Amino acid sequence: MSVTVIIPTPLRSLTNGAPEVSVEGKTVREIIANLEKEYAGIQERICDENANLRRFVNVYLNDEDIRFLNDLETEIHDGDGLSIVPAIAGG
Amino acid sequence: MFDFTEDEIKRYSRHILLPEVGGAGQKKIREARVLLVGGGGLGAPVGYYLAAAGVGKIGIVDGDHVELSNLQRQVVHSMADLGKNKAVSAKETLQALNPAVEVMTYTERLTSKNILGILKDYDMVVDGSDNFPTRYLVNDACVLTGKPLSYGAVFRFTGQVMTIVPGEGPCYRCLFREPPPPGMTATCEEAGVLGVLPGVIGLLQATEVLKLILKKGNLLQGRMLNYEALEMEFQTIKVRKDPGCPVCGENPTITELVDYEEFCRVNF
Repeated sequence: MSVTVIIPTPLRSLTNGAPEVSVEGKTVREIIANLEKEYAGIQERICDENANLRRFVNVYLNDEDIRFLNDLETEIHDGDGLSIVPAIAGG
Repeated sequence: MFDFTEDEIKRYSRHILLPEVGGAGQKKIREARVLLVGGGGLGAPVGYYLAAAGVGKIGIVDGDHVELSNLQRQVVHSMADLGKNKAVSAKETLQALNPAVEVMTYTERLTSKNILGILKDYDMVVDGSDNFPTRYLVNDACVLTGKPLSYGAVFRFTGQVMTIVPGEGPCYRCLFREPPPPGMTATCEEAGVLGVLPGVIGLLQATEVLKLILKKGNLLQGRMLNYEALEMEFQTIKVRKDPGCPVCGENPTITELVDYEEFCRVNF
Protein backbone atom coordinates (compact mmCIF):
# COMPACT_ATOMS: atom_id res chain seq x y z
CA MET A 1 0.00 0.00 0.00
CA SER A 2 1.49 3.30 -1.04
CA VAL A 3 0.23 6.58 0.38
CA THR A 4 1.12 10.21 -0.10
CA VAL A 5 2.49 11.85 3.01
CA ILE A 6 2.36 15.65 3.23
CA ILE A 7 5.53 16.91 4.89
CA PRO A 8 5.26 20.13 6.93
CA THR A 9 7.71 22.97 6.32
CA PRO A 10 9.78 22.34 9.48
CA LEU A 11 10.53 18.75 8.40
CA ARG A 12 11.29 19.38 4.75
CA SER A 13 14.99 19.77 5.40
CA LEU A 14 14.89 16.00 6.01
CA THR A 15 13.09 15.17 2.74
CA ASN A 16 15.42 17.22 0.55
CA GLY A 17 12.76 19.92 0.39
CA ALA A 18 10.00 17.63 -0.94
CA PRO A 19 6.55 18.84 0.22
CA GLU A 20 5.07 15.36 -0.21
CA VAL A 21 6.51 11.90 -0.53
CA SER A 22 5.11 8.51 -1.43
CA VAL A 23 5.63 5.78 1.19
CA GLU A 24 4.68 2.10 1.55
CA GLY A 25 2.96 0.70 4.64
CA LYS A 26 -0.21 -0.86 6.02
CA THR A 27 -0.43 1.21 9.22
CA VAL A 28 0.65 4.70 10.23
CA ARG A 29 3.43 3.15 12.34
CA GLU A 30 4.78 1.26 9.30
CA ILE A 31 4.59 4.40 7.19
CA ILE A 32 6.63 6.36 9.73
CA ALA A 33 9.19 3.52 9.99
CA ASN A 34 9.51 3.43 6.20
CA LEU A 35 9.80 7.22 6.10
CA GLU A 36 12.70 6.90 8.52
CA LYS A 37 14.44 4.36 6.23
CA GLU A 38 14.38 6.83 3.39
CA TYR A 39 14.75 10.09 5.32
CA ALA A 40 16.87 9.42 8.39
CA GLY A 41 16.00 11.56 11.40
CA ILE A 42 12.36 12.18 10.57
CA GLN A 43 10.95 9.59 12.99
CA GLU A 44 12.34 11.25 16.12
CA ARG A 45 10.71 14.50 15.06
CA ILE A 46 7.31 12.78 14.99
CA CYS A 47 7.61 10.16 17.74
CA ASP A 48 9.18 10.22 21.20
CA GLU A 49 11.69 7.70 22.65
CA ASN A 50 8.79 5.38 23.61
CA ALA A 51 7.65 5.35 19.98
CA ASN A 52 4.50 7.35 20.81
CA LEU A 53 3.34 10.31 18.79
CA ARG A 54 4.78 13.54 20.23
CA ARG A 55 2.13 15.73 21.90
CA PHE A 56 2.89 18.74 19.71
CA VAL A 57 2.69 16.83 16.42
CA ASN A 58 -0.60 15.70 14.92
CA VAL A 59 -0.95 13.15 12.15
CA TYR A 60 -4.09 13.19 10.03
CA LEU A 61 -5.41 10.36 7.90
CA ASN A 62 -7.21 12.39 5.26
CA ASP A 63 -8.77 15.05 7.54
CA GLU A 64 -9.10 12.96 10.71
CA ASP A 65 -6.66 13.04 13.65
CA ILE A 66 -5.26 9.50 14.06
CA ARG A 67 -5.52 9.90 17.87
CA PHE A 68 -9.28 9.62 17.35
CA LEU A 69 -8.84 6.61 15.08
CA ASN A 70 -6.47 3.84 16.10
CA ASP A 71 -3.47 6.06 16.75
CA LEU A 72 -0.26 4.71 15.17
CA GLU A 73 -1.98 1.37 14.48
CA THR A 74 -4.53 3.09 12.22
CA GLU A 75 -4.78 1.15 8.97
CA ILE A 76 -4.09 2.77 5.65
CA HIS A 77 -6.11 2.14 2.51
CA ASP A 78 -5.44 2.84 -1.13
CA GLY A 79 -5.90 6.47 -2.01
CA ASP A 80 -5.52 7.71 1.58
CA GLY A 81 -3.46 10.78 2.33
CA LEU A 82 -1.43 11.30 5.47
CA SER A 83 -0.58 14.80 6.77
CA ILE A 84 1.88 15.65 9.51
CA VAL A 85 0.94 18.91 11.25
CA PRO A 86 3.25 20.20 13.99
CA ALA A 87 2.60 23.09 16.38
CA ILE A 88 4.07 26.36 15.14
CA ALA A 89 4.21 29.59 17.11
CA GLY A 90 5.36 32.46 14.89
CA GLY A 91 3.35 35.62 14.72
CA MET B 1 -32.16 54.58 13.18
CA PHE B 2 -28.78 53.29 14.31
CA ASP B 3 -27.63 56.81 15.23
CA PHE B 4 -24.85 56.75 12.64
CA THR B 5 -23.40 60.07 11.50
CA GLU B 6 -23.41 60.96 7.79
CA ASP B 7 -19.69 60.16 7.70
CA GLU B 8 -20.23 56.79 9.34
CA ILE B 9 -22.90 55.89 6.81
CA LYS B 10 -20.52 56.81 3.99
CA ARG B 11 -17.47 55.13 5.54
CA TYR B 12 -19.28 51.85 6.21
CA SER B 13 -21.65 51.95 3.22
CA ARG B 14 -20.11 48.84 1.60
CA HIS B 15 -20.73 46.95 4.82
CA ILE B 16 -24.21 48.34 5.35
CA LEU B 17 -25.13 47.24 1.81
CA LEU B 18 -24.44 43.62 2.71
CA PRO B 19 -27.62 41.95 3.96
CA GLU B 20 -25.47 39.91 6.40
CA VAL B 21 -24.17 43.12 7.97
CA GLY B 22 -26.56 46.01 7.39
CA GLY B 23 -27.01 48.83 9.87
CA ALA B 24 -27.65 46.42 12.73
CA GLY B 25 -24.44 44.50 12.02
CA GLN B 26 -22.37 47.64 11.68
CA LYS B 27 -23.68 48.76 15.06
CA LYS B 28 -22.55 45.42 16.54
CA ILE B 29 -19.12 46.00 15.02
CA ARG B 30 -19.01 49.49 16.56
CA GLU B 31 -19.91 48.06 19.96
CA ALA B 32 -17.36 45.24 19.78
CA ARG B 33 -14.23 45.17 21.93
CA VAL B 34 -11.37 43.07 20.58
CA LEU B 35 -8.01 42.41 22.22
CA LEU B 36 -4.99 41.74 20.00
CA VAL B 37 -2.18 39.80 21.61
CA GLY B 38 0.84 41.01 19.65
CA GLY B 39 1.19 43.99 17.34
CA GLY B 40 3.50 42.20 14.92
CA GLY B 41 3.06 40.16 11.75
CA LEU B 42 -0.43 38.89 12.59
CA GLY B 43 -1.55 41.76 14.82
CA ALA B 44 -0.74 44.34 12.12
CA PRO B 45 -3.22 43.20 9.44
CA VAL B 46 -5.82 42.17 12.02
CA GLY B 47 -5.67 45.54 13.75
CA TYR B 48 -5.57 47.55 10.55
CA TYR B 49 -8.60 45.87 8.99
CA LEU B 50 -10.61 45.74 12.20
CA ALA B 51 -10.01 49.48 12.64
CA ALA B 52 -11.09 50.02 9.03
CA ALA B 53 -14.17 47.88 9.67
CA GLY B 54 -15.13 50.14 12.56
CA VAL B 55 -14.57 47.88 15.58
CA GLY B 56 -15.31 50.21 18.48
CA LYS B 57 -12.51 49.29 20.82
CA ILE B 58 -9.24 47.57 19.98
CA GLY B 59 -6.66 46.70 22.63
CA ILE B 60 -3.09 45.87 21.61
CA VAL B 61 -0.67 44.09 23.94
CA ASP B 62 2.98 44.15 22.93
CA GLY B 63 6.12 44.72 24.96
CA ASP B 64 8.45 44.76 21.94
CA HIS B 65 9.85 47.67 19.96
CA VAL B 66 9.77 48.21 16.20
CA GLU B 67 12.92 47.05 14.41
CA LEU B 68 13.93 47.39 10.78
CA SER B 69 13.59 43.60 10.28
CA ASN B 70 9.88 43.87 11.25
CA LEU B 71 8.98 46.14 8.35
CA GLN B 72 9.14 43.31 5.78
CA ARG B 73 5.70 42.21 7.06
CA GLN B 74 4.38 44.27 10.00
CA VAL B 75 2.54 46.78 7.86
CA VAL B 76 1.23 49.07 10.60
CA HIS B 77 4.76 50.21 11.44
CA SER B 78 6.96 52.41 9.27
CA MET B 79 10.44 53.95 9.25
CA ALA B 80 9.40 56.75 11.57
CA ASP B 81 8.36 54.16 14.18
CA LEU B 82 11.74 52.43 14.60
CA GLY B 83 12.44 52.03 18.31
CA LYS B 84 8.84 52.76 19.34
CA ASN B 85 6.78 50.30 21.34
CA LYS B 86 4.76 48.25 18.84
CA ALA B 87 1.40 48.77 20.56
CA VAL B 88 1.96 52.53 20.55
CA SER B 89 3.14 52.55 16.94
CA ALA B 90 0.17 50.43 15.83
CA LYS B 91 -2.26 52.70 17.68
CA GLU B 92 -1.06 55.72 15.72
CA THR B 93 -1.56 53.93 12.39
CA LEU B 94 -5.00 52.61 13.34
CA GLN B 95 -6.23 55.97 14.56
CA ALA B 96 -4.92 57.75 11.47
CA LEU B 97 -7.06 55.34 9.44
CA ASN B 98 -10.13 55.57 11.67
CA PRO B 99 -10.16 58.17 14.46
CA ALA B 100 -13.49 56.86 15.78
CA VAL B 101 -11.87 53.64 16.97
CA GLU B 102 -10.73 53.62 20.58
CA VAL B 103 -7.30 51.98 20.75
CA MET B 104 -5.87 50.91 24.10
CA THR B 105 -2.19 50.05 24.41
CA TYR B 106 -0.60 47.63 26.85
CA THR B 107 3.14 48.02 26.54
CA GLU B 108 4.11 45.11 28.73
CA ARG B 109 4.49 41.40 28.05
CA LEU B 110 1.34 39.40 28.77
CA THR B 111 1.68 37.25 31.91
CA SER B 112 -0.49 35.11 34.21
CA LYS B 113 -0.55 38.10 36.55
CA ASN B 114 -1.79 40.82 34.18
CA ILE B 115 -3.87 38.92 31.57
CA LEU B 116 -7.17 38.67 33.46
CA GLY B 117 -7.17 42.37 34.31
CA ILE B 118 -6.70 43.23 30.63
CA LEU B 119 -9.13 40.60 29.29
CA LYS B 120 -12.09 41.75 31.36
CA ASP B 121 -12.56 44.82 29.13
CA TYR B 122 -12.85 42.78 25.90
CA ASP B 123 -15.38 40.47 24.24
CA MET B 124 -12.91 38.37 22.28
CA VAL B 125 -9.20 37.84 21.70
CA VAL B 126 -6.90 37.45 18.69
CA ASP B 127 -3.73 35.49 19.33
CA GLY B 128 -0.96 36.93 17.19
CA SER B 129 1.85 36.15 19.62
CA ASP B 130 5.20 34.69 18.64
CA ASN B 131 5.92 32.10 21.32
CA PHE B 132 4.43 29.00 22.93
CA PRO B 133 4.21 30.20 26.57
CA THR B 134 2.01 33.15 25.51
CA ARG B 135 -0.15 30.92 23.28
CA TYR B 136 -0.92 28.49 26.14
CA LEU B 137 -1.47 31.43 28.52
CA VAL B 138 -3.93 33.11 26.14
CA ASN B 139 -5.78 29.84 25.47
CA ASP B 140 -6.16 28.97 29.14
CA ALA B 141 -7.24 32.51 30.08
CA CYS B 142 -9.86 32.51 27.30
CA VAL B 143 -11.18 29.07 28.26
CA LEU B 144 -11.35 30.00 31.95
CA THR B 145 -13.15 33.30 31.25
CA GLY B 146 -15.28 32.00 28.35
CA LYS B 147 -14.00 34.50 25.76
CA PRO B 148 -13.84 33.46 22.08
CA LEU B 149 -10.30 33.28 20.71
CA SER B 150 -8.93 33.42 17.19
CA TYR B 151 -5.76 31.35 16.99
CA GLY B 152 -3.31 32.06 14.19
CA ALA B 153 0.33 31.09 13.75
CA VAL B 154 2.93 31.30 10.98
CA PHE B 155 6.27 29.67 10.23
CA ARG B 156 8.32 30.05 7.03
CA PHE B 157 5.64 29.29 4.37
CA THR B 158 3.06 27.62 6.64
CA GLY B 159 0.13 29.18 8.44
CA GLN B 160 -2.54 27.83 10.80
CA VAL B 161 -5.89 29.33 11.83
CA MET B 162 -8.57 28.11 14.21
CA THR B 163 -11.44 29.71 16.09
CA ILE B 164 -11.99 28.68 19.68
CA VAL B 165 -15.34 29.21 21.36
CA PRO B 166 -15.01 27.97 24.96
CA GLY B 167 -17.84 25.71 26.06
CA GLU B 168 -18.74 24.91 22.46
CA GLY B 169 -15.73 23.52 20.64
CA PRO B 170 -12.15 22.38 21.10
CA CYS B 171 -9.41 24.64 22.46
CA TYR B 172 -5.74 25.03 21.57
CA ARG B 173 -4.79 22.32 24.09
CA CYS B 174 -7.24 19.92 22.42
CA LEU B 175 -5.26 20.56 19.23
CA PHE B 176 -1.76 20.49 20.73
CA ARG B 177 -1.73 19.15 24.29
CA GLU B 178 1.86 20.22 24.98
CA PRO B 179 4.35 22.68 23.50
CA PRO B 180 7.52 21.45 21.81
CA PRO B 181 10.63 21.57 23.97
CA PRO B 182 12.65 24.77 23.62
CA GLY B 183 15.11 24.32 20.78
CA MET B 184 13.02 21.71 18.96
CA THR B 185 11.26 24.30 16.86
CA ALA B 186 12.75 27.48 15.50
CA THR B 187 11.15 30.92 15.74
CA CYS B 188 10.55 33.22 12.76
CA GLU B 189 13.56 35.17 13.97
CA GLU B 190 15.72 32.09 13.49
CA ALA B 191 13.97 30.37 10.59
CA GLY B 192 12.42 33.18 8.56
CA VAL B 193 8.88 33.84 7.38
CA LEU B 194 7.55 34.93 4.00
CA GLY B 195 6.43 38.52 4.56
CA VAL B 196 2.97 38.14 3.03
CA LEU B 197 2.17 34.98 5.02
CA PRO B 198 1.08 36.68 8.28
CA GLY B 199 -0.99 39.01 6.10
CA VAL B 200 -2.96 36.06 4.72
CA ILE B 201 -3.35 34.36 8.09
CA GLY B 202 -4.07 37.61 9.97
CA LEU B 203 -6.87 38.50 7.58
CA LEU B 204 -8.40 35.04 7.96
CA GLN B 205 -8.38 35.73 11.71
CA ALA B 206 -9.93 39.18 11.16
CA THR B 207 -12.64 37.53 9.03
CA GLU B 208 -13.42 35.15 11.88
CA VAL B 209 -13.56 38.05 14.35
CA LEU B 210 -16.13 39.87 12.21
CA LYS B 211 -18.17 36.65 11.89
CA LEU B 212 -18.03 36.20 15.67
CA ILE B 213 -19.23 39.80 16.14
CA LEU B 214 -21.98 39.46 13.52
CA LYS B 215 -22.86 35.90 14.50
CA LYS B 216 -22.91 34.97 10.82
CA GLY B 217 -21.55 32.10 8.77
CA ASN B 218 -19.64 29.02 9.80
CA LEU B 219 -16.68 29.56 12.06
CA LEU B 220 -13.41 27.64 11.86
CA GLN B 221 -14.56 25.87 14.98
CA GLY B 222 -13.75 22.21 15.44
CA ARG B 223 -11.47 22.45 12.42
CA MET B 224 -8.13 24.03 11.69
CA LEU B 225 -7.13 25.59 8.42
CA ASN B 226 -3.57 24.80 7.41
CA TYR B 227 -2.12 26.96 4.62
CA GLU B 228 0.97 26.04 2.61
CA ALA B 229 2.00 29.10 0.62
CA LEU B 230 4.54 27.37 -1.63
CA GLU B 231 2.01 24.79 -2.78
CA MET B 232 -0.86 27.29 -2.51
CA GLU B 233 -2.85 24.63 -0.68
CA PHE B 234 -5.48 25.19 1.98
CA GLN B 235 -6.28 22.08 4.00
CA THR B 236 -8.98 21.90 6.65
CA ILE B 237 -8.46 19.27 9.30
CA LYS B 238 -10.86 18.11 12.00
CA VAL B 239 -10.13 19.10 15.58
CA ARG B 240 -12.16 17.31 18.22
CA LYS B 241 -12.84 18.43 21.74
CA ASP B 242 -10.54 16.23 23.83
CA PRO B 243 -12.41 14.80 26.85
CA GLY B 244 -9.00 14.53 28.54
CA CYS B 245 -8.03 18.13 27.80
CA PRO B 246 -6.39 19.55 30.95
CA VAL B 247 -8.22 22.87 30.66
CA CYS B 248 -11.54 22.27 28.85
CA GLY B 249 -11.95 18.49 29.32
CA GLU B 250 -14.27 16.57 31.62
CA ASN B 251 -11.94 16.65 34.61
CA PRO B 252 -9.74 19.69 34.11
CA THR B 253 -6.49 19.83 36.07
CA ILE B 254 -5.83 23.45 35.11
CA THR B 255 -8.40 25.57 36.92
CA GLU B 256 -6.29 28.70 37.28
CA LEU B 257 -3.44 30.24 35.34
CA VAL B 258 0.02 28.76 35.86
CA ASP B 259 3.57 29.92 35.12
CA TYR B 260 3.72 29.36 31.37
CA GLU B 261 7.46 29.94 30.92
CA GLU B 262 7.95 27.19 33.47
CA PHE B 263 5.27 24.98 31.88
CA CYS B 264 7.03 25.19 28.52
CA ARG B 265 10.36 24.29 30.12
CA VAL B 266 9.47 21.49 32.49
CA ASN B 267 7.60 19.34 30.04
CA PHE B 268 10.92 18.10 28.76
